Amino acid sequence: MREIQTDKIIEVVAKLCKDANYYLPQDVMDAFKDGLNKEESEVGKAIFHQLIENAEIAKQDEVPICQDTGFTVVFLELGQEVRIVGGELYEAIEEGVRQGYTEGYLRKSILKDPIRGENTGDNTPAVIYTDIVSGDKLKIIIAPKGGGSENMSEVWMGTPAAGAEGVKNFVVERVRKSGGNPCPPIVVGVGIGGTFDKCAQLAKRALLRPIGSDNKDPFYADMEKELLERINNLGIGPAGLGGRITALAVHIEVFPRHIATFPVAVNIQCHACRHKETII
Amino acid sequence: MAEIRISAPLSDEDIKKLNTGDKVLISGVVYTGRDSAHKRMVELLKQGKDLPVDLKGQIIYYVGPAPAKPGKPIGSAGPTTSYRMDPYTPELLSPGLKAMIGKGPRSKEVIESMKKHKAVYLGATGGAAALIAKSIKKAEVVAYEDLGPEAIRRLEVEDFPAIVVNDIHGNDLYEEGVKKYRR
Ligand code: SF4
Repeated sequence: MREIQTDKIIEVVAKLCKDANYYLPQDVMDAFKDGLNKEESEVGKAIFHQLIENAEIAKQDEVPICQDTGFTVVFLELGQEVRIVGGELYEAIEEGVRQGYTEGYLRKSILKDPIRGENTGDNTPAVIYTDIVSGDKLKIIIAPKGGGSENMSEVWMGTPAAGAEGVKNFVVERVRKSGGNPCPPIVVGVGIGGTFDKCAQLAKRALLRPIGSDNKDPFYADMEKELLERINNLGIGPAGLGGRITALAVHIEVFPRHIATFPVAVNIQCHACRHKETII
Repeated sequence: MAEIRISAPLSDEDIKKLNTGDKVLISGVVYTGRDSAHKRMVELLKQGKDLPVDLKGQIIYYVGPAPAKPGKPIGSAGPTTSYRMDPYTPELLSPGLKAMIGKGPRSKEVIESMKKHKAVYLGATGGAAALIAKSIKKAEVVAYEDLGPEAIRRLEVEDFPAIVVNDIHGNDLYEEGVKKYRR
């Protein structure tokens, strides 16, 4: 067994929270530049210029790319040969979030009770997903998720007869209805299969894939390409003000399904496509 | 794209010059306000009470900024989604509110009400929060401090970048822009 101290985890999580919010990933920056070249609308081009400049300012001044520094979504891949010492794993994650959001001047957006409100004051609790994997390492991914794009997401319990066409129509329609609200250019995460909750998780995980990467299965890689084209033909454009580039990528992840069900989830990610990871 | 400089508070003359699709650079005073502040202000108006700020000729920016780093007036401060303010907006246009800055389309009722009261809706780029914060030179909480990021702040801005989405003639850039590029 390899031992990992909770102090180390707290330190890593706090740093990841700050870094994820200050530094736009390179693949997203590259996608902006590519989008700027392809965009035909003058307003759309101006928006791309703003987004590129915004990311540069955020990096230089170490301030958040977007004021909505999100719900802190944490993906853990815990090697089964790891033993956590010094405290509890989840408590360490929460402490890391607390420190990162406070020290990093990040916005605290979490309400203690969904109906009765009251800000928790430190952006905890985080939403934590854990996978137990082989090995003796702990991988921590922090993906702050803003409210504007999360609000445009949806799970659809379709019927098996809907098939590929049903999935595609649902995804395109979901993006069309969202218009400018989720801060386009967006990344579209699609989950197909599993249960009601599983497909939503697939859609969220799909957002972690590097922009421009294809699904390993050529069938789904083709579907991703077709969906991207259909979505960009909607004309929504950067900031929703009209243009060629509405989405930077569509990422599909799938899981086996029950013979009677056909769940499909769309998780929309705004251009503030933030995630950072560290392996301990 | 025409580029127009305006300075707040705004007169009817300033508003008349603005057309859907124009780029504007705003200087002067802008107030912040979002969900909870709107709810409280509309409740005050219903009770016949005064608002904590005089809205005549003013601009409200829908934003809940990130905390300011030491030495800076404000943290990152991009717009929030405007449709959540739609139910309250017509009631704030009556006492003289002249412009709103946010992101995303407004309801038919709000667009009608803007025509009636000669007010405009300006779009700021959602998520361009570090960039926009650079144009904010001063910020102070003037009401509802207990609401944290949702408190009403008085901002002093210089060349705050926005685009005219709805002018006083009922035009809507979200609709027209998207129609132009739809295939
Ligand atoms: S949707 Fe994303 S970019 Fe837009 S305001 Fe929310 S977090 Fe920021």
